[in-house]
Amino acid sequence: MPGFARRRDTLIWTAALLAVALVAPFFLYPVFLMRALCLALFASSFNLLLGYVGLLSFGHAAFMGSASYITAYTVKSWGFPAELGLLAGVAVAAGLGLVFGWLAIRRQGIYFAMITLALAQMVAFFAQEAKFTGGEDGIQAVPRGHLFGLLPLNDTYVMYYVVLAIFLIAFALIQRTINSPFGQVIKAIRENEPRAISLGYRAERYKILAFVLSAALAGLAGATKCLVLQFASLGDVDWTTSGQVVLMTLVGGVGTPLGPVVGAFFIVTMENYLAQTGSWVTIIEGVIFVVCVLTFRCGIVGVLTPYLIRRSGPKAAAPWVGTP
Amino acid sequence: MKLALAALAVSLLMVGTAPAQDLPNTIKIGVLGDMSSLYADNGGRGSVVAAQMAVDDFGGTLLGKKIEVISADHQNKPDLGASIARQWFDDQGVQMIGDLSTSSVGLAVQEVARAENKLIINSGSASSDIDGKACAPTALHWVYNTVSLANGTGAAVVRAGGDTWFFITADYAFGHALQRDTAAVVEANNGKVLGSVNVPLNTADFSSFLLQAQQSKAKIIGLANAGGDTQNSIKQAAEFGIVAGGQKMAALLAFVADIHSLGLQTAQGLQLTESFYWDQDDQTREWSKKFFAKMNKEPTMLQAGVYSSTMYYLNAVKATGTVDAATIVKELKSKPINDFLIRNGHLQDDGMLVHDMYLYEVKKPSESKGEWDLYKLIATIPGAEAYKRPQGNECPLVKS
Amino acid sequence: MPPAPVLFAQLLIGLINGSFYALLSLGLAIIFGLLNIINFTHGAQYMLGAFCAWFLLTWFGIGYWLALVIAPIVVGAVGIAIEQLLLRHIARLDHLYGLLLTFGLALIIEGVFRQGFGASGLPYTIPAALEGGRNLGFMFLPIYRGWVIVFSLAVCFATWFIIERTRLGSFLRAATENPALVQAFGVNVPRMVTLTYGAGAALAALAGVLAAPIYQVSPLMGGNIIIVVFAVVVIGGMGSILGAIISGFGLGLIEGLTKVFYPEASNTIIFVIMALVLLVKPAGLFGRAS
Repeated sequence: MPGFARRRDTLIWTAALLAVALVAPFFLYPVFLMRALCLALFASSFNLLLGYVGLLSFGHAAFMGSASYITAYTVKSWGFPAELGLLAGVAVAAGLGLVFGWLAIRRQGIYFAMITLALAQMVAFFAQEAKFTGGEDGIQAVPRGHLFGLLPLNDTYVMYYVVLAIFLIAFALIQRTINSPFGQVIKAIRENEPRAISLGYRAERYKILAFVLSAALAGLAGATKCLVLQFASLGDVDWTTSGQVVLMTLVGGVGTPLGPVVGAFFIVTMENYLAQTGSWVTIIEGVIFVVCVLTFRCGIVGVLTPYLIRRSGPKAAAPWVGTP
Repeated sequence: MKLALAALAVSLLMVGTAPAQDLPNTIKIGVLGDMSSLYADNGGRGSVVAAQMAVDDFGGTLLGKKIEVISADHQNKPDLGASIARQWFDDQGVQMIGDLSTSSVGLAVQEVARAENKLIINSGSASSDIDGKACAPTALHWVYNTVSLANGTGAAVVRAGGDTWFFITADYAFGHALQRDTAAVVEANNGKVLGSVNVPLNTADFSSFLLQAQQSKAKIIGLANAGGDTQNSIKQAAEFGIVAGGQKMAALLAFVADIHSLGLQTAQGLQLTESFYWDQDDQTREWSKKFFAKMNKEPTMLQAGVYSSTMYYLNAVKATGTVDAATIVKELKSKPINDFLIRNGHLQDDGMLVHDMYLYEVKKPSESKGEWDLYKLIATIPGAEAYKRPQGNECPLVKS
Repeated sequence: MPPAPVLFAQLLIGLINGSFYALLSLGLAIIFGLLNIINFTHGAQYMLGAFCAWFLLTWFGIGYWLALVIAPIVVGAVGIAIEQLLLRHIARLDHLYGLLLTFGLALIIEGVFRQGFGASGLPYTIPAALEGGRNLGFMFLPIYRGWVIVFSLAVCFATWFIIERTRLGSFLRAATENPALVQAFGVNVPRMVTLTYGAGAALAALAGVLAAPIYQVSPLMGGNIIIVVFAVVVIGGMGSILGAIISGFGLGLIEGLTKVFYPEASNTIIFVIMALVLLVKPAGLFGRAS
């Protein structure tokens, strides 16, 4: 009975959120919503790696940013239609993910994070120097064109629903992956890698695959964001963006499906409203980091879930990263 | 039936001629600038104050509608600036955006303005691309551009004997434009560019770049940067004995705020081109006094430009009865522009407000009688000469 | 190949940058070695040191030489407070907790100062005794920058000596390996840990005072330098004092060389090296594999 109640509650909340998402652009500024959705996808991809595989990547901005530049360039200078531009961005991000993953997987914990940071800095350097990225000026006035030759993306509402669709598909993909046999193996590896290996699983292969998936989705977020804002810039590959996504995921709740989404919306909203007040955003973000780490009970979702969804059974407050 | 038709005709006529019908309930002006980083003293909060001064002096209301000034900090990030501009235009009913220091942001916002057909009056960016290859029908360039700086400082320095140059360039749109335009002037005057180095924006330590400049043995080290970057370059050049060693610094873009920050001991003898100096004549002194009362600092040409452009904008809206960007631009381009800042000015097809520029030299400490008594006027450069582009203008709006 | 004078001049400037890297990575290495915490707040503590010097000069008229003493003490005290109130709770946990906590702290400190002072630099004059310069033949070296190198070398050597060659240092090193046993011998380990964190912060602040006259005193100065310093520490070996010092100066030199041949890459070369080192020797050049 408790399981049924829990599933029903989850379903109700999911339906409610979906309904809100469908009517939101008529009440709130659509570009703001689209930006939040892209960042929510970015945070979800990061969460896949951190919450389920247990790997903290400090270089995720490289995937988002590189896809953003590739999409911008192919659409603007090579005349790619929107869907091919998106595909190109995702492909490049996935490729980068393969390289990063293969190099970084050999190491654990902080060293893994440092390698991803180093590789991301190299990508940022490339972005600064390569002619096609436009350096500090970035690639501007990226045309949105038509999706599949049919949907006029210059219409803000059309663009919004396209972005929403992309987000939902990617989100569903992440959930399917986590709950699939592949996902079970990943979680087993996170819990106890030697045991998983002794059971015959090639842990490295699984981790790299998860990494590539995470990178590809981050790339999708970047490519979509580029079409929304019609802009690709160095800010996308900067290491502070990698820090932002850590923040969003922590604030929302690591290792929970909705956590990164909530976190992304929270952070984007806060930045939007506090943008006029200077550095308060930075200060509040810092406070949230500190509180998060000290209380372990990370994230808005973690705090709210017991109240919103009736629990079945005891809840273990397990540390969400590394080993205690 | 006839009565109805007549009534319809009369009401249509009234709608057509009633000037206040096209105006929104609040006329919002956005001041988008660098409020906290290396350019904050040249524009920053002073620009917001200047815009508000213009609104207050105008009377605070326009044809019964309220006028409001809002502001934001773009932090020198083009994507942030473009996002804010887009949101202002789309969602918050802003009719005109001013200041726009930092050329990469100015250019990005110009694209947004072009796509949405809204008005921007750029007092802060320098790049000549704004009224050049990136020109837009609803974008005006009010105070200065890199061509005028090159024709001012560049030409003066070359003609005085500085015929070999090494550039230290801020690595973004503005720096590149300034280097390009100045190099063109240098070469047109039989000078030579020996080399250049690109430096990231907001760099603290110029030592290795200054060293390269020193080793090039160029007579002139051209600083194609601005604000905090220029100040650091000059201070550290003094530290490394560059000027003592015989090379001269050319600060291609310097504001009175920079010179005030550097101090006369360090900055004396520097030649620079500006559109405005607070102590130039009675008109400038009168306006600057009002500004000083609010900010406790003398105004820069950027801040004066925000006041001037806002005032002209409000008058144009009043005259035409609409906030439609194309109409306002047409109205502003139709008459000469003259106020405390702009002398002998007129707006060109490419959006540049051509007007008199001035070549100044920084006074020696012994020559200065007050904290802000910093410049002496060397020459007045008439607009046509200052803004002349020897290679022509790539702007498609210019009818050749 | 540029002429020798050009090369030497850039190398010397690289050595000056290297001095800051060495000083900062020294503090980081000490803190990591003893507390097992990756102190992301180090950059903010560096910035606090520079601001402290600026406050002392602008509000109290206290000059550079006293600031060299006062600022580290003040920031060290702040560090002790941080350790007592916050870091204590996550001691001995996975490194990443400490990293994230100190990252959050760094954001708070930087945000507060940015709010108060904007993002551009405040001026701090070179002390009168160190003004001017010397012509070394291949370049004109400002005396202050020469002082930076000499002073940093002295501080690095002194710190290394204290930790590796004195009794106090031996207690510290023992406590790193087996705190319980050292405690059993009567040494107050928690107090030592607290003081060590304070000392690390003080070292960062010292670097900040040193930087104030030549780099701008700005709220952003910590954020700009911290990831480079991390790379240096990782390359040298996370807990190794000698590794930090040698890598710091060494990487300054490499950066200087890069500025001669490929200036745009000078910011990135350190990360390339870090990636290579991590792939080949994950514990760093001088580190001990744990």
